[in-house]
Parts: sequence; structure tokens; C-alpha cells
Amino acid sequence: MAILEVKDITKSFGKAKILKGISFSLEEGNVLSIIGSSGSGKTTLLRCINGLDTATTGKITVNGQTVFDSDITDKNQLKELNKNKQNIGLVFQQFNLFPQYTTLENVTLAMKLQAKRRDDYKKKRKEILDEIDKTAKYFLDKVGLSDKLDLYPCQLSGGQQQRVSIARALALRPKILFFDEPTSALDPELTGEILKTIRQLAEDNMTMVIVTHEMNFAKDVSDQIIFMDNGIICGRGTPDEFFNSDNERIRQFLQSYQK
Amino acid sequence: MSLVEQFPIVFQSLNIGFLQTVKLFLVTLMGALPLGLIISFGSMSKFKPIKSIIKVLVWIVRGSPLMIQMLIIYYFPGLVFHNPIWGGGEDGRFWAAAVSFIINYACYFSEIYRGGIEGVPIGQQEAGYVLGMTKSEIFFKVTLLQMVKRIIPPMSNEIITLVKDTSLARIIALQEIIWAGQAFLKGSQGIAGQIWPLFFTGVYYLVFCGVLTILFGKLEKKLSYFKV
Repeated sequence: MAILEVKDITKSFGKAKILKGISFSLEEGNVLSIIGSSGSGKTTLLRCINGLDTATTGKITVNGQTVFDSDITDKNQLKELNKNKQNIGLVFQQFNLFPQYTTLENVTLAMKLQAKRRDDYKKKRKEILDEIDKTAKYFLDKVGLSDKLDLYPCQLSGGQQQRVSIARALALRPKILFFDEPTSALDPELTGEILKTIRQLAEDNMTMVIVTHEMNFAKDVSDQIIFMDNGIICGRGTPDEFFNSDNERIRQFLQSYQK
Repeated sequence: MSLVEQFPIVFQSLNIGFLQTVKLFLVTLMGALPLGLIISFGSMSKFKPIKSIIKVLVWIVRGSPLMIQMLIIYYFPGLVFHNPIWGGGEDGRFWAAAVSFIINYACYFSEIYRGGIEGVPIGQQEAGYVLGMTKSEIFFKVTLLQMVKRIIPPMSNEIITLVKDTSLARIIALQEIIWAGQAFLKGSQGIAGQIWPLFFTGVYYLVFCGVLTILFGKLEKKLSYFKV
């Protein structure tokens, strides 16, 4: 069974139709890259799946649980859907680290707040907090930042900040991790370290959806590529199929990268 | 009476007035700082009627002199409803002044808060949201401190203005430091026709504002460990 299923998602802002019926599914452990020119709706699609924007129509399920369904309007049911969102994580283009917290605190904050809602929090406070610290350090070590635990975001390079934000998302143990142009705010040198981190995650069989402009990387790391244009999916397939496509629009797009 | 003989009398009198000034300053801050936050939430409310009411309130309060507002708040209940709720004593005058100052300053603060809150990049809230935080967790754990850091410079400006604005309470005869200094012009405790006590009150304001400037500088330094 597919771990992510997106069905007929449309999104309009006023009269502008940004998404015109997007459907796709993704198998567990696979990596999907979404590519396409600016304004094609890639980021909007990601935002709709993560709940930052509300799609106009459609349905999204993660791990068999519904996270969005435009037919559901009942408040209690909507709350239920919101809970299911815990299964997905998102890494932003601009990192969006919390500037007033250290590297470690950035990763532990959400976990600590969640722990406070547990019934046994008061009784086992110390154990729980130790566990959270351990988890955070584990993931920060994974992205190669165990020596930066006590630094603030302003003391880190862009690449390091993005790696903290990846660790922050991973620490909540999402079933799927989404990346919204994770390297677009970085120079080529720093881009490399982020791509290396994502590649490692792919080797660990992390299910990921990556919106990217890095063609070589997409070719290299993806199991599946979706090409979006003007609010629709106009091509999909394995990297091989995609990069050898005879679709006119895709060829045109790829040529613009070779210049 | 020589200046040397006058000084202890004037000094004691000004100190008493200054206490009233400081009291008005502190009470205003304690009321206006939280009230301003509530008003700023109102001005950012998605519920149109509340937003409109708040906008009109802020317009009226910022658009008219504090002195007039104080006169209205102090005299209006007595003159129009024949119900002088404040009473005629110094306590009544103090609370009438305090209420006027709180409303007035809360409106100014609310705009500073709004600027501070809206200045925090939307990505901060979005990051909190995708990490599963609730709205109040996002406000208190993510936005608030960033907002505080952003608003320290405009706030310190406004608060220093408040120190000097307290002298406006003189208009309803609150016995603050200007009132105390002026008393020696008309004649008080055997000293009359002396203007230097009034001029000397300036020293109190200078020292008070100097202390506040240092405190705000320290606060700013304390929050300099992160950038927004």
C-alpha cells in the first residue's frame, strides 16, 4: 500500500488556479522529486499536503490515515485529521530555525512541548527530558552537528542551519519528510553538504518528497520524478524515463538547465 | 531666606512630588503594558467588528491630546451625570490620571506590539505549525521573545516619553513634581516668588530617564545573543 496518496488536489487563490487536479502516490522508502519551473505550483502542492495552505478540493492520506479531505467540515473530525499530520515533516527553503534557541533547543522544543501533554509527564519528567535530549543528539549527530549543540542559529553557516532544521524535522520521527527547495538559499558549496545529508537519509530508506531545482541530484537520488507545469503533472516516471522523455515541454525545460 | 536655607525645604517638597510622579509612571506601565497587548490582538483580529472598534479607539486616543482626555475622564462623570466617581481628593485625582494614562499609553503600545508581532517572519509560525505546536505554544515559545527584542528600541522611546508626560497630570492638580515646584512661585512654606524649584525639577526627570536608558541598554544587551 502506498504511504502517501494525493487525490485530485486543486487550489485556487481568488480567481487564480494554482493547482488544477494533482494526483500521485508514493511507496514507503521511496524518494520522489518534484521538479518544474517557478510558478508551476510545486511549493503550493507541498504547502497543501503539510496543511500550511488549505487545498480547495481533494483528498490526501498518509500511512492510511486521512490528513486532508475537502469534504470534511466537521470541527472534531478536522481536529482528528490534524493529529494525523504528525506523520509528516517539512524542511523549509529558508530553514526557519528559531533564532533565540540553540541548535539543541531548536530540535528539542517541539518534543518537549508534546511531552508536557503526556499524562505521566509529572511523574517521569526527568526520564522523559533525558530521552528527548538523547533523541535530539542522535539526529544532530546524524547530520554531523554534534559539536554545535550550544551554538545559536546566527553562529552557524546556512548549510549548518539547514542541517539543524533537517534534524529538527527528523527528531519527530515523521513517516514522510518533505523538502521545499532545501538548497535554494545556499551557495553551491553549501548545497553539497545538504545533498549529502539527504542522500544518506535515502540510503536509510527514509520516505522523502523533494521539491528541487538540482537536476543531477534529482536524477541521482530519486526513485520517481514528477514534472509539474502550470498546475498539472505533465510527466512522471523513473529518472531514466524522465531525462530521456520525448515530451516537448520536459525537453524544453531540461535544455534550459544545460545552458 | 537664603538659597541655602531654602534648599532643604524645597528638596523635601520636590521629593514628595517626585514620589507621586514615579507612582503614576509605574501604575501606568503596569496597566498599559498588558492592556496594550490585548488591544494589539484586537487590532489584528480576523473578526471585523472588533478590529473596527479598536481602530476607532486607537484613532481617538492617538488623535487627541492626553491633557484633554484627562480633563474629560476627570470631570465628565461629575459634570454630566452628577456623579463625581473620582471624588475630590488627591487619591481621586491620582486614579483619574492613572486611568487616562493607561488608556492613552496602551493604544500607543498596541501599535508597537503589532509592529513587533507582524515583523516576526511568517516562517517562524509555519515552522512551529509543522512541528505540531499549538497556536499559544507558537506565540509564547517562538514569537514572543523575538517580538520583545524587536520592540525594545521603540518601547524605550515611548516609556521615556511617559516619564515626562506624567507632568501633564498637573492639569487636574495632581500633586506631582511640577505641581510641587510651582507651589514655591505662588508661595509655600515661607518661600514665595521663587522659580528655581520649578527649574530644578528638570534634574529629577534627567536622572530618572538616565536610569531608564541604562536599564533598556542592559536589556538590549541581554537579548543580543540572537539575531532576528
